[in-house]
Amino acid sequence: MAEPQAEPSADLAIEVRGLNLWYGTFQALFEVDLDIEAGNVTALIGPSGCGKSTLLRSCNRIVERLGYVSTTGTIRVLGHDIHAGTASPIQVRRHVGMVFQRPNPLPLSIRDNVLFAQRLHAAHGPSRADQDAAVEQALREVLLWDRVKDRLHHRATGLSLEEQQKLCIARLLPTKPAVLLMDEPCSALDPAATAAVEDLIWSLRGRYSILIVTHNMAQARRASDQCVFMLMGRVVEHSATEQMFVAPQRQETADYIEGRFG
Amino acid sequence: MSSPAREPWLQALDRRDATWWIDRVCRGGVFVGGMSAILFLTAIFLFIATQGLDFAWHRLSLGQLLTGQRWEPTVEPPEYGALPLIAGTAWITAVAMLVAVPLSFGAAIYIGEFARGRQREWLKILIELLAAIPSVVWGVIGLQVMKPVIQQLFDVQVGLNVLNAGIILGLMAAPIITTIAEDALKAVPDTYREAAEALGATRWQIVRKVVLPHARPGLSAAILLGIGRAFGETIAVLMASGHRLMIPDSIFDSAATITATIAAELGEAAVGSDHYQVLFVLGLLLFGITFAINLTADWIVRGRRGHG
Repeated sequence: MAEPQAEPSADLAIEVRGLNLWYGTFQALFEVDLDIEAGNVTALIGPSGCGKSTLLRSCNRIVERLGYVSTTGTIRVLGHDIHAGTASPIQVRRHVGMVFQRPNPLPLSIRDNVLFAQRLHAAHGPSRADQDAAVEQALREVLLWDRVKDRLHHRATGLSLEEQQKLCIARLLPTKPAVLLMDEPCSALDPAATAAVEDLIWSLRGRYSILIVTHNMAQARRASDQCVFMLMGRVVEHSATEQMFVAPQRQETADYIEGRFG
Repeated sequence: MSSPAREPWLQALDRRDATWWIDRVCRGGVFVGGMSAILFLTAIFLFIATQGLDFAWHRLSLGQLLTGQRWEPTVEPPEYGALPLIAGTAWITAVAMLVAVPLSFGAAIYIGEFARGRQREWLKILIELLAAIPSVVWGVIGLQVMKPVIQQLFDVQVGLNVLNAGIILGLMAAPIITTIAEDALKAVPDTYREAAEALGATRWQIVRKVVLPHARPGLSAAILLGIGRAFGETIAVLMASGHRLMIPDSIFDSAATITATIAAELGEAAVGSDHYQVLFVLGLLLFGITFAINLTADWIVRGRRGHG
């Protein structure tokens, strides 16, 4: 990563300043300023197309997959500017893990999925024992170990959706990321699986800073510390979740939360 | 019909109007088109088989054909040992694959995973154009361009040899391998690439660890179809290989293939003679090999789909 910037704020996981983003000529984000506190779960809410996924995908620069994206402004992760000249997206993604809307385990074994990122970065592979330990620890952390420990060599794509999504979280952990980005991680899951994955996310709180996009108001309300409401590419309101749902500061926020639009 | 006078709308229901007839005729037309492949395949097979079978049944020993080292159909007594031809075909096809597979896979990976937008489209068009070059032109290139280059580069006497024909055939087979390999890469879901990229994989790591393993069956099929293409090619090989009816000892020896031998000798053999008939037996052999290769390729690809 880039050298630490002046006065990095240790208690901020992500610091966005004046972020504008264009898909070709379409501007998706306008002057976004945002501070994400370390160790918390922060929910990004807002109607479809408001830019919340774009903002999330900017934080590990995966948004640049589409070749026609341009940005201005800065994003700092733990004080490091991820767009600095010396920062490569590869390194950024090592520290900022991402979970997608649809569980997307790689077509490899469960074990190889968990070790995938670690093997990418290790010049010489860690010893077998270290790998075993990493796999067990990561799978224990996502409460999957007992269910899959006897079939680590089975294809990950054969697991249930809930298990796949937990595995997708587990495979981020061996490289010890600081931030986990989650893009509607429960939207492909049934209610019971949603509850299980939500519980898991909540249990990771504190050890990781989690930024989660959700369409589900109830989910945002029960499973986040902070809430960010976005509309038309701008951040409208950012406050403690409880406060946002009880006493929103802005009329748009109140309207959205109460289901008057979006 | 015993029923009373029909309602007018019911009469309209079974009227055979123009659209009904058009549908019938067109359905029949495309049916004939669809069945013609089976028809031609069977007819060609029967033709080749009947032309060669009498001889193959009564006077030819299959063992001698497949293992005999002398192909001398015109001397007395004639010898019908096709091993030199089989060996020549195998050598040249092997060299062709050594040339074609790295080139084609490189091209497919570049087009599928690295090139973007307009560059990608242009490359695909150019590769398809490469496939459209007539094989006699390739033969001329072997004869006029590759021959002196090989002679000078390797300091050998004979420039028309296994190496020459192999390179020419490799270049001829490359477009088909590239196209099929690229299809195989394209069939890998993009979510896999995105997942790997989000985990911090570089482009090349994504290709090596995710895309290539997942596309392996399609890539194998691409190689097999390339082999089939190389096997069946005739005129370019006849021109570039030197057409020497002996088992080659190295890639700098001239060699002859099954296809080139049939093409070169069929015109001279008296219709119905043993020589004429043994050429059809060779054709049958060729037919069987390419048929097996194509079926295997098909089976690999389908087997993959079956597993999801």
